[in-house]
Amino acid sequence: MATTSIAPATASSLPKEELLQAYREMLLIRRFEERMAQMYQQGKIGGFCHLYIGQEAVAVAAQHALRPDDYMITSYRDHAHPLVRGTDPMRCAAELFGKEAGVARGKGGSMHFFDVERNMYGGHGIVGGQIPVATGMAFASKYREEDRVTMCFFGEAAMNQGTFHESLNMASLWGLPVIYVCENNQYGMGTALERASAVTDLSRRTAGAYNIEGYAVDAMDFFATYELFKKCADKARQENRPTFIDAICYRFRGHSMSDPVHSHYRTKEEVEEMRKKDPIRVMVRHFDENGLYEEAFLKDVDKEVKEHVNDAVKRAVESPDPGLETRWEDVYTD
Amino acid sequence: MPVIEFREALNQAMCEEMERDESIFLMGEEVGLYNGAYKVSKGMMDRFGARRVVDSPITENSFVGLGVGAANVGLRPIIEVMTFNFAIIALDQIINNAAKMRYMSGGQLKTPMVIRGPGGAAHNLACQHSQAIESFLVHTPGLKVVTPSTPYEGKGLLKSAIRDDNPVCFIESEVMYGMKGEVPEEEYLIPLGVSNKIRDGGDCTLVSYSKMIHVCMEAAQKLSEGDGVECDIIDLRTLRPLDMNPVYESIAKTNRVVIVTEAWPMCSMASEISSLVAEHVFDDLDAPPARVSSEDIPRPYASNLEHAASVTPEKVVQAVKKVCYLAD
Repeated sequence: MATTSIAPATASSLPKEELLQAYREMLLIRRFEERMAQMYQQGKIGGFCHLYIGQEAVAVAAQHALRPDDYMITSYRDHAHPLVRGTDPMRCAAELFGKEAGVARGKGGSMHFFDVERNMYGGHGIVGGQIPVATGMAFASKYREEDRVTMCFFGEAAMNQGTFHESLNMASLWGLPVIYVCENNQYGMGTALERASAVTDLSRRTAGAYNIEGYAVDAMDFFATYELFKKCADKARQENRPTFIDAICYRFRGHSMSDPVHSHYRTKEEVEEMRKKDPIRVMVRHFDENGLYEEAFLKDVDKEVKEHVNDAVKRAVESPDPGLETRWEDVYTD
Repeated sequence: MPVIEFREALNQAMCEEMERDESIFLMGEEVGLYNGAYKVSKGMMDRFGARRVVDSPITENSFVGLGVGAANVGLRPIIEVMTFNFAIIALDQIINNAAKMRYMSGGQLKTPMVIRGPGGAAHNLACQHSQAIESFLVHTPGLKVVTPSTPYEGKGLLKSAIRDDNPVCFIESEVMYGMKGEVPEEEYLIPLGVSNKIRDGGDCTLVSYSKMIHVCMEAAQKLSEGDGVECDIIDLRTLRPLDMNPVYESIAKTNRVVIVTEAWPMCSMASEISSLVAEHVFDDLDAPPARVSSEDIPRPYASNLEHAASVTPEKVVQAVKKVCYLAD
């Protein structure tokens, strides 16, 4: 079974306009989360809050490789996925502030972003817990003979949970249209990949064991990531075969808002070095080298995105708290 | 009226529902080709095919989780666990996903699935295969828990569980699968959340569910014949939602209650019901509520030890006599 290595960045098969949209989405995630980090520090957001900053190319590439009716489901590092699917950032911010207008009516918080209308199925807090759920969604697509694809995201640390192995076994056994995307930011909290995984070339862990084709990609590079996601989505759609992708990325922030960017487990120098591979910078460089968009124009786009985020945050702050009676709602359905 | 086994009543419930709704599938270990570890799904793979009757690997946590995902996007899975002892492996998916998906999505998702299989003790199966774990499940908001006592109840309750849009844990009993009872040919459903008084007597109220109902019936018979003591028996049928009104009404008449469960006593349905009775109808009581549970030890293998640890009609008789002040 083939295990391909990191694909090189190539000229994108996406049209110029769609690339601009992808750039906007990368910025939307970045600016939204930077703003949320501020709000967290001001005490406006409670609980755990895991930022996606540094990993933006993964969610954005997924959005462009998938159809709107394809399913997405992820872990608790979940702010980016609804944002790329088109959820109003005001509703995402409102969830973090515990407001009625939030994507889970203020019942989920940072770890439980859901937008079912846009086929974004959460937001799951138990490491690896969403992987069987994703497998069931893909099971349903095959059962109903739909050509929908499920893309399931998780961190590399989740690959050591039983659910990962159990799910891949079933998906391969039954030929389910699911793409397992490991957002490999190289640290499970403060534990480096090589300190937790006996085999660090992650795509090799699936091919031999479960007869699932595994790929690795430099996921700081939107273009390479998009091409691989597209290929795997086509395979799932056309052949009902699962695939595994080791999307090698990096988080520029701590595991969550409660821990520092670097401490005992990684050095400041390492983080600084990785910042040179910032996926937004990689994208801007690509635009520049290929004469697609000029820097001044891209800066204007950034400014627009910031204004959009600030406006969303303002509206979310001003929106009402949930009524106390709503806490008894949504436990059961009639 | 036809007399059929409990397993056949459950089989009929699943088959009838699968005939009327294409979105229902059955998944579990040995449910298909092998016809079910306890033959509850006998003939179903032949009838519905391997697409809808799916033999799973031994992967409890993940095939329960698969059921959650399938339910969230519109299917109606029936997930068979070979026994609820093995559902302990799947408690993460049951408690963290099945039960919570609706709430944590702010009402966007439904999880219409049934997790069913035998619970409680059988004979000489020792610690890991003989435990009544319903308390683990009942504790969790978002789940429904159903514990049928007869073939008739099993069929009517399972059909309702399958049609319910919430996750339902449907706990059967290994030693009841061969139990026979009358089951009408015409369709019927028994609603979830409605307790049922199955015996009338003015002296003491017995509250129970599942196979302990039969222990209560035997005890009530002994009490009637031997001591002239007559018991009301309330079959709770579903533990969540819990319908306590028939219990309160009965206690208003008998002024005494004995709660009989196969689970361990600590934090059990017995302790919950005892507490509810004390909170709601304290003034109706002429004696403290009494509990009869399995002894608070892992279940031993040796027959004499196992019997001593179990709930028996004799223990129930003794508890009733005590609350009636006929024994110490």
